[in-house]
Amino acid sequence: MELFQKILPTLLSGISAGGQYALIALGYTMVYGILRLINFAHGDIFTVAGFVMFYAITAMPLYLAIPFTILVTVLLGFTVERVAYKPLRSAPRMSVMISAIGVSYLLQNLMWYVTGGQAQQYPSIPWISGKVMVLGVETKVVTVITPFLTVILILLLVFLTKRTKVGLAMRAAAKDFETARLMGIKIDRVISATFVIGSFLAAVGSMLFFTNYSTVSPTVGMMPGLKAFVAAVFGGIGSIPGAVVGAFIIGICENIIRSLGWSTFSDAFTFALLIVVLCVKPTGLFGEKLEEKV
Amino acid sequence: MKKQMKGKTLLVTILTIAVFAALSVGAEAVAGNVSGMSMLVPVLKKTAVYSLIAVSMNLLNGFTGLFSLGHAGFMLVGAYTYAILSIPVAKRAGVYQYYDGGIVQFSIPETFGNLLGESVGTVVGMLITLIIAGLIAAFLAWLIGLPVLRLKSDYLAIATLGFAEIIRTFIQYEGFAPLTNGSNTLRQYASFKSLYAYVIVAGLCIAVIVLIVNSTYGRAFKAIRDDEIAAEAMGINLAKHKMMSFIISSFFAGFGGGLMAMYMASVQAKSFTVSMTYEILLIVVIGGIGSITGSIIGTFLFVGCSEWWLRFLDDSANNIGGLNLLAPGFRMVVFSIFIMIIVLFFRRGIMGTHELPDVFRFLRNKIKGKGKGAAK
Amino acid sequence: MSETVKNVLRVENATMQFGGVVAVDNLSLEVNQGEIVSLIGPNGAGKTTAFNVITGVYQPTNGCVWFDEKKIIENYPRGKMKKLYQGQNAGKYTETLSPSPDKITQLGMARTFQNIRLWKGQSVLDNVRIAMHCRRTSNLLTATFRLNAKEEEAQTKEAMELLELLGLAHVKDELSTSLPYGQQRHLEIARALATHPKLLLLDEPAAGMNPQETDELTAFIGRIREQFHLTVFLIEHHMDLVMDISDRIYVLDFGKLIAAGTPEVIQNDQKVIDAYLGVSEDA
Repeated sequence: MELFQKILPTLLSGISAGGQYALIALGYTMVYGILRLINFAHGDIFTVAGFVMFYAITAMPLYLAIPFTILVTVLLGFTVERVAYKPLRSAPRMSVMISAIGVSYLLQNLMWYVTGGQAQQYPSIPWISGKVMVLGVETKVVTVITPFLTVILILLLVFLTKRTKVGLAMRAAAKDFETARLMGIKIDRVISATFVIGSFLAAVGSMLFFTNYSTVSPTVGMMPGLKAFVAAVFGGIGSIPGAVVGAFIIGICENIIRSLGWSTFSDAFTFALLIVVLCVKPTGLFGEKLEEKV
Repeated sequence: MKKQMKGKTLLVTILTIAVFAALSVGAEAVAGNVSGMSMLVPVLKKTAVYSLIAVSMNLLNGFTGLFSLGHAGFMLVGAYTYAILSIPVAKRAGVYQYYDGGIVQFSIPETFGNLLGESVGTVVGMLITLIIAGLIAAFLAWLIGLPVLRLKSDYLAIATLGFAEIIRTFIQYEGFAPLTNGSNTLRQYASFKSLYAYVIVAGLCIAVIVLIVNSTYGRAFKAIRDDEIAAEAMGINLAKHKMMSFIISSFFAGFGGGLMAMYMASVQAKSFTVSMTYEILLIVVIGGIGSITGSIIGTFLFVGCSEWWLRFLDDSANNIGGLNLLAPGFRMVVFSIFIMIIVLFFRRGIMGTHELPDVFRFLRNKIKGKGKGAAK
Repeated sequence: MSETVKNVLRVENATMQFGGVVAVDNLSLEVNQGEIVSLIGPNGAGKTTAFNVITGVYQPTNGCVWFDEKKIIENYPRGKMKKLYQGQNAGKYTETLSPSPDKITQLGMARTFQNIRLWKGQSVLDNVRIAMHCRRTSNLLTATFRLNAKEEEAQTKEAMELLELLGLAHVKDELSTSLPYGQQRHLEIARALATHPKLLLLDEPAAGMNPQETDELTAFIGRIREQFHLTVFLIEHHMDLVMDISDRIYVLDFGKLIAAGTPEVIQNDQKVIDAYLGVSEDA
């Protein structure tokens, strides 16, 4: 029982971190699935969501601030796609990736300008910032809520991709972009929908993450962003269940490493895992193989 | 005939570097005497250093087509190697104040200074240390390249990015602190004082890269970039040549990292983040992926804009009217919008894949052609 | 077959299977020194796949390839393929030998591509010079500091000769992609010749050419065989060219060899005619 009490907090925070990574990772994996683009700006969109919440709460009540934050983030994701990626639809992949890096650079500088580069205290959200006892261990409510919320959102997402017309179009576009286009699927709308969903999940993820992490600064989203991307690769990029499984594995492993007193290496571990996966099984756990025709 | 050509190339290279060195001496004089020019020398120093780094990235990303995002990691290794090996022994206790002066108890520039006389010896020692910095980065590149270079485009990008982060973690690790000073800064190491020293050293390195790019190996790199399958079918060993390009690029990134340490006067691992790689990549994109002169021009514009010409945007005293847009950080916002415009609308950058001499030649021919047309 | 004839290429029981799909089925063929041999067959018969196996792009599922009387490629069904393998001769081959395409090119085999694969950003001359990279004696150091100037000069001269031969000398400084289609095909041949091959593999060299160009190409292939002491193995759909030029012909259909022999034999082979024209129901 004592051992259990020792392990439980680590496990809980691991699952919670995993859930947050999963919400970000889905944005990466869905975009990659369709555009074959690593959306380097996704981590920054996530951070912007943190700042928007910080400013929104000073101007309006909580029940308005939350939808407002989500709306702004979704709009941002939509705009970024329209402005920075859509014009490069027929350009080489490298150009689009560079554009994504450019957007990331722009968003970071913009956040720095608006906030003066200072880390800001994230507002506490009453329902999830409080403490709760779980099996004799005290922890934040958010830690307990995260995995459930994540699972609900993912189920919704799976329903969306499997049962709706937009979802069908998304799957078609992911399978074969050109053919989908020829079959009359309005590809730009599908891509926009993908970015909207990705940003929505990132906004929810940011609320959970920053409630846990408590401060927001312009570059804080980079690491969770990259880790979520690693999770997406680990699970097999383009695959929704893959990203989720990958995210939970990474979240839990990271917290185990931290609890062993190796917190310096928790980031390094994630990347080491990425490199091992890429070298041993580049398609990840659930990914599909792509080959070039000679 | 060919020998003449060889001599000519050499002469042009030396002359170009000499001209730049002379110009930099001139620039120092100007900066000292003309008001409003105080930023000129620091900007040019940084341009020299960043040019080398940008060109080294261009060799890999532009000429070989390997989209790597691990540059900051190799620069970090170079900067730390240089700093660790060249802090004077007497100052080590102060720098490594938490670690009893650290475990390295010699300074290469100092040793050579004692051996060959203060002024010459120190410079020789510094150059040797820079080369060691490059070699260590190159060795690391070899280790990393073995597993990573088999990966394709974006997977390669993310894997190299990961390695850079791993390198940074290890350098900051407390266990290595007697060597690396942990997360504390390294400072008080030997460094070049005058602008022309930076210009000459960076210029020579860039000249070597130009020679490589125009050699049979450089052509093989470009073949790999243009069509990997055809290159392999024509007998080019992909693994070997990719590795070669990766190692050369990393050598100069390490060397450039050492120069950067000199320029910055103190280094700290936490500043060598992914963002630094992004900045260098954006410089390469502004100048034109696959153009060396483009990278140099791009660097000058990038450094000039971010450190000097757009400075006024950060000063709220310059606000006109009711708008209070100008504030610290606004400069970088304007600048990043400018970069996005290049990325979106001028995708080939300033130079595309052309070099400045090509452009001159083209213009000359055009003028000649016009002259002939008029004569007719 | 007489004893004195030397094999340049010998493919032995090669099977290439992608998952459950058999692209090349138990293919055996030989190409002798100095011959021009064609591989023909309807679309999707597995001709290019056979080329890709021979040049090391694909690893065969089973079988082996000999070049210059040395075994260069061998494989047998392993791992996942063990269960999926549908071909014959299982257990006959026990070694795995799979050099990368560049190693095979260095042994003296060069190819062109069906869907032209020139280096887009490079000039016509550089396209040829790059192909000579694999015959260099310089290393990175000597090449960087131009200590290999003599070799460079010799290579440039040879490249120019090749361009002359293919009628491309006047466009040597143009970008390879700015050439018209026919000239791009010529450049592919020049590039392959620049690697100093003993065996030249041409994948549909006359694709997209008009009858006159095809005739010229036919004559040209004969000429370079003499001049460079080449052996030529080619895939082609232009039957005039194939019948004109070939010493022997192999016919592939659905991955299987259905006929082999001289042009006369092939022209009168019922199986070949059926494969190309289809068999009518009431025949």
